[in-house]
Amino acid sequence: MGTLVTLVSGLVFGAGMMLSGMVDPARVLGFFDVAGAWDPTLAFVMGGAMVPMAAAWAVRRRMSLSLTGETLPAPASRLVDRRLLTGSALFGAGWGIAGICPGAVVPALSVGGWPVALFAAAMLAGMALARVWRQPEQPAIAAAGPGSV
Amino acid sequence: MSLEAAWVNGLLGGLLIGSAAAIYMLGNGRIAGMSGILQKAFTDFSTDSGRHSALFMVAAFCSAGTIGLWLMPVSITVTHSVAALLVSGLTVGVGVAWGNGCTSGHGVCGLSRLSVRSLAATLTFMGGAAVAVFVIRHMLGWTL
Repeated sequence: MGTLVTLVSGLVFGAGMMLSGMVDPARVLGFFDVAGAWDPTLAFVMGGAMVPMAAAWAVRRRMSLSLTGETLPAPASRLVDRRLLTGSALFGAGWGIAGICPGAVVPALSVGGWPVALFAAAMLAGMALARVWRQPEQPAIAAAGPGSV
Repeated sequence: MSLEAAWVNGLLGGLLIGSAAAIYMLGNGRIAGMSGILQKAFTDFSTDSGRHSALFMVAAFCSAGTIGLWLMPVSITVTHSVAALLVSGLTVGVGVAWGNGCTSGHGVCGLSRLSVRSLAATLTFMGGAAVAVFVIRHMLGWTL
């Protein structure tokens, strides 16, 4: 049942990415080019996505477990630290270079050819790198992971 | 496609993306953050959720391919150089891992629950992208 939910969700997600045009890096970069030919499409996508998800959070408050019996997400963390901001700034800079974000890259692979695959490989390498190359301010125990103390 | 048609498609596509995130959260209790899903499937083998993550991506890949090639032929052309793609990919990978999320996790799932942490992240990466585009296109005048 959980598998079915995952498949349906993935299908709808991919369809939405494609329909919205967000698999097209040129359109995404157009949104960030506020000093050029600005393309507001990304704002419509974000606004549209916010509606069902806000409803889902309202429904979540009335549920104790997910529909398949899994634990639901805990209340959002309020932690805003250097790690979050440095990471997000880096992500933004990288997003501004090629116009591809992690949500778009998988659907874009089906139509974007080798440049998208190359981006995906570099992104996965970056993710793996971030797991070993932690920022120094992180406590050593947390960095070593649970069970390794 | 005219700009206005693109806005309508953007809104409809956004509704689908939000619905997918809602189905995933209410159904499986998981946040549909694509950077987390990618990390669980490819770089983090300490949890048992890798199977779900991998399935999510396969489904996203297949549906996008189908829609793109059959229902509304989408052709995207990525004109960036190899170097630009590599630098961008690496930066995005490290960034979303440190920042614990991207446009889907912080942007869609986080903002819709009024998370302060996600708002800080979203403003930072949106601002970062705008600065990057401004510097590259208007200050340096580069075509990557």
